[in-house]
Formats: sequence, C-alpha cells, structure tokens
Amino acid sequence: MSAFVEPRKRISSTFRTNRRVVDGVSVGLLGLSVVVILAILLVILGDVVFHGISTVSWEFITQAPREGLTAGGIYPAIVGTAALVILMSVAAVPLGVATAVYLHEYTPAEGPRLALARYKVSKGRPGRIKLLLRFLSAVLATSARSAVANLAGVPSIVFGLFGLGFFIQFIGRGIDRATQAPGEVVWNQGSLIWAALTLALLTLPTVIVATEEALRTVPPEQREASLALGATQWETIRRVVLPASLPGILTGGILGISRGAGEVAPILFTGAAYYLPYLPQKITDQFMHLGYHVYILSTQSPDVEATKPLLYGTVFVLLALTFILNLAGVLLRSRTRSKLR
Amino acid sequence: MLRTASRIDLGRGERIRTAQSAFMTVLFTAAGLSAIAVIFLIFIFTFKEAASIFTDPEVGKEANLHRFFVDRQDGPTLVDQFIWQPTSDVPKMSFYPLLAGTLKSAVVGLLFACPIGVAAALFTSEFASRRVREIVKPVIELLAGIPSVVLGFFALIVLATWLQHLFGFTYRLNAYNAGLALGFALVPIVFTISEDGLSAVPRSYREASLAVGATRVQTAFKVILPAATPAIFASFVLAFGRAIGETMILLMAGGNAAITSLSLEDPLRTLSATIAAELGEVVFGSGHYAALFFIGTLLFVITFISNTIGQLIIARMQRRMQGHG
Repeated sequence: MSAFVEPRKRISSTFRTNRRVVDGVSVGLLGLSVVVILAILLVILGDVVFHGISTVSWEFITQAPREGLTAGGIYPAIVGTAALVILMSVAAVPLGVATAVYLHEYTPAEGPRLALARYKVSKGRPGRIKLLLRFLSAVLATSARSAVANLAGVPSIVFGLFGLGFFIQFIGRGIDRATQAPGEVVWNQGSLIWAALTLALLTLPTVIVATEEALRTVPPEQREASLALGATQWETIRRVVLPASLPGILTGGILGISRGAGEVAPILFTGAAYYLPYLPQKITDQFMHLGYHVYILSTQSPDVEATKPLLYGTVFVLLALTFILNLAGVLLRSRTRSKLR
Repeated sequence: MLRTASRIDLGRGERIRTAQSAFMTVLFTAAGLSAIAVIFLIFIFTFKEAASIFTDPEVGKEANLHRFFVDRQDGPTLVDQFIWQPTSDVPKMSFYPLLAGTLKSAVVGLLFACPIGVAAALFTSEFASRRVREIVKPVIELLAGIPSVVLGFFALIVLATWLQHLFGFTYRLNAYNAGLALGFALVPIVFTISEDGLSAVPRSYREASLAVGATRVQTAFKVILPAATPAIFASFVLAFGRAIGETMILLMAGGNAAITSLSLEDPLRTLSATIAAELGEVVFGSGHYAALFFIGTLLFVITFISNTIGQLIIARMQRRMQGHG
C-alpha cells in the first residue's frame, strides 16, 4: 500500500510546483492583455492632451478658422456639432424610447415557437384567434429585435449612402418638387436636418438598448399594482414605468449623443461643409463639424506642420466632448445597473 | 350581460381612457415596427441608386459586374492587371484592389484584437478582483467611445511614424498601421461580447471543475473557455462585420492607394474608404456613382449576414446556458 502511495505523492508535488508556475504565467499573460488595452487608451489620450491642451484657448473655441484653415479657431465647428447633435437627439430619443417600450411592454413574453405551439394545441377552443394574434405579435417582436441588432451593425458609411439616397435624393427632392419653383434647390442637398436624421437612425440602437435595460429595472409588481387600481396600460406606462426608468432613458440619450457627436462617415455627403464663413441659420443650411474638421485638417491641409496645433486642439475638444458625455452615460448606467441587482 | 352593464356604469370617461390606451398601443407598435422598416429602407435605397447598373444600358456600359469582378488588364503583376481607376478615359473598375485592401486591414485588425480581447475578457471574468473589474469595464467603454476619426487621426499622425521608425517600412501608411488602428476599435467589441459569454457560463461548471481538483487556471482554460466558445466566435464574427464596414480609420490611415497587392507593407484603399473618398466628386447618376452605391450594397449585405450569424450564435448560447442555471 505504502509503496504505491509514496511515488505518487512525489510526482504530484513536482507536478504542483510546475502547475503553479504555468498557472502564474498564464494569469500574468492574461493580465498583460488588460495592461495593453489600458496602455492604448492612455497613449492616445496622453498624446492628444499633451499636444492639444496648449492650443485650446478662449480664442480657439470662439473664433472662426482663418487663412485657409491654418489659423484661427473652431467656433463654427463647435456650433455645427452642437446643432447637429441636438436635432439628432430630438429625432432619435422619442423614436428609440417608443421602440424600447414596444419591445419591453407590448410584446408577449414567450417566443414565436412556443406561441405557435400553444395556438396549435388550442384547436376547437373558444378565443383561439387571440392565440393566433399572440403568435403574430411574437413573430413581429422577434423580427423587430433582430432588426435593432442588425441596425447596430450597419456600417456608418452605408448610413451615409442611405442619407444621400433616401433623405436627399428621395424625400428632399420630393419636397422641392412640391414646394419650390422649378430649379430652386432647398431640400435636395446636404443640410443639418438630413445629416441629423441620418445620425438619428445610426444612434437609434444605442438609445433602444439603454432604454430597454432601464425598463427592465422597473419591478413587474409596480405595473401590476397600477393595473389593479384600474389604470390602463398607457396610464401605467406614462405614470409608473417611464418615470421610474427615466435615468436609464437619459443614459441612452447621452450615450447616443456621444456616439453621434463623433461619427463622420454618415455626414460626409449629407451636409458637412469643409469651410463656412457663417453659422448655420436654418435646418436646411450646411454646417461645419468637429469630426469632419479633424478629417479635413489631417488629410487635406496644404501645410501639415502649420496646421498640427490646430488639429490637435480640435481633436482635444472633440475627445473632451465625447468623453464627458460617455463618462456621464456610463456612470449613470452603472447606478441603474446596481439598482437592478 | 354583466360585463356590458359594468361598462355602461363606468361611463364615457373609461371608454375614452380605454380608447386612448388602445391608440397608444398602436403607436408604440408602429415605433417598434419602424426598426424593421428602417433596415429594409436602408437596403432598398442603397440598392436603388446602384440598380441602374442593371437597368440603365448607358450606366451598365460604364459599370457592370463583368468590369467589377472579371476584367483584367495586360500586365506582368496583379497590380497592373486589376485596376480601380473609375475616372480615367477608359474607366477601370476592378473591385480586387479594394477587396485586397479591405481584407488585409481586417485580417491585421482581427489578428490584433481577437487574442487581446479574449485574453482580457477571460482575465476580467475569471481572475480580476471586483475592483479591477470595475476599472477595466469603463476603460473598455471609453476606448469604444473614441470616435473613429480620432483613431484615424492618431494612426495617421502618430502611430504611422512610430511603426516606421520601429520596423523601417518603405511606406508610412500601410496595412500594419491601418490594421492596428482598426484593431483598437475592434478590441471593445471582442471584449464585451466574449466577457458576456464567459460570465454567462453557469457557476456549477466552475464548482464542478474546482471540486475535482482542477486549479482556477485549468478551470478557466479547460472548462469556462470551451463552454463560452460560441460567444467568443460570435464576437469574432461581429468584429469582422465592423472591420469590413469601418471607414474613417482606413480612409485616413490606409494610405489611399487602390492597388492589388497582398503585401502588408504596401499602402491600401478599402471598399468603404473608396466610397468616402470618391462620392463627393462623382457625377450624379453616372456609372461611377452607381458603382459606389453598389459597393455600399455589398458592404450592407456582408455586414448583415455576419451580424445575423453573430446574433444567432449568441441567442443559441443564451438559450443553452439558461437550461443550466
């Protein structure tokens, strides 16, 4: 017996030290990947802050560019970005919240397969039509859900093409034909409104996902209590569910805005301007944009070295804007999430 | 009978409220369906501008599938044979240089992002303390929140110079540079979805493995990681979709040279960057215009398929994991 146990013990002890080394190295390597990610973020931020902060001054953010974009500030780009983002959220937030409410409050809990099975076994019973409707509603809900997921994955440049093909060439031209004298072009061209609507579609999934998460934090008992008191479903949603999930909805709005503020590809052909001597006055005006300005300064500048400080300053302002929004959204959400637990 | 009576008792007020609620149901349902409508509209209106390739003989002469995928010029190398020069007197519109650029940068990006993203996810879900986890996750979200134009700017101005100094590349802007910057944008996608999948593995798996004497590392690599394979694969698929569609990073950091080269040291031009670079100056309704929208349709279809596959894998895994609470 002991002869059998003895060597085994020995093997297992060397095995254990080896194991410990292997384990330590593995965890170390895994941890290293986290360090690499952290380093990437810090290097990008550090570089932008280090080179950018000296450019940013009161003049820089309150003056227009001068001398072919090699001097002056970025005031019109800031105003353009702000106008764009505000218009975008006016379109995206209501639609996104409504979609999330539909997905969470108005769809059957079961999937289409189960709903179909229930309908099939109900043969000959009264009220069968309701089960059929429930099945159809489950199919719609599943399709809507996968549409939202797919919308989140559509490349941003395709949104740009869609904005040009749908909003400008289809809707815009239609409005011009109906309201303008022949040859007059008002809506059939890139402008604030079309860029904002294009971006609104792009940020829609962000708003929907965050809102749905917030709706999930409202306990079902609260809905039941409201319904039991005689409130209709709409009254329950308006007075109980929506107020309780307001922080989450706000999160979705903020994260959506932060995403929308930085996207450039969708606005390339839907209204962003290289340089404008004036600020946009109407929603049919073109506009300057921080992200687009970064693209222009870094690729089309006649004198790269002369523009570099301006470029870094613009990136700094853009990053500061998106990061502050992002951070606010993430913090708000982690508060919502801890409430869920 | 009784039901009718009680309704009448409650009177007009309740009827209005019920009607109002029903109306809102219709409104919310319409909003929900708008998401489906938007997906269809995007496809229809992108394809509509490209469709003249097939319907308008004038446009079809300039841009057609043969020209995109088959046409080949005389020349000794691939670079001379497959050319994208849509505005020359005899327009050449081979997609191969653009496909080469897209695939090269995507491969570099994925080779960087997939291992790092999964490793970081495994570390975060299995080994990190709660405090570390609460730092890592927001960091990843901040990385995801960097606009792609800023990543493109960083790769163009800073990263390209560093890489050239380090490795002595002939061209500052090449597939390594563009792919690496693209990888920065892919890491959060791989990380988030993999981490979700790893955390969804039921506790019982972990406990069973530890109970039979496996170490935490063995458990992580031999039990948790295999169990979450579908989610990790899904994260790769979704990252691939993003890599194919990403525009600004590659437009700025790729070097903007549409050449059919398989070398990672050559500058490149992706499908997406081609749209961004050329649509601004294109003649409306021309073959070139239709070709750019055709590229857009292609991108839409590729990303739609890869996204659908990714979503299906995730949904299947969720169903399976729920079975084991």
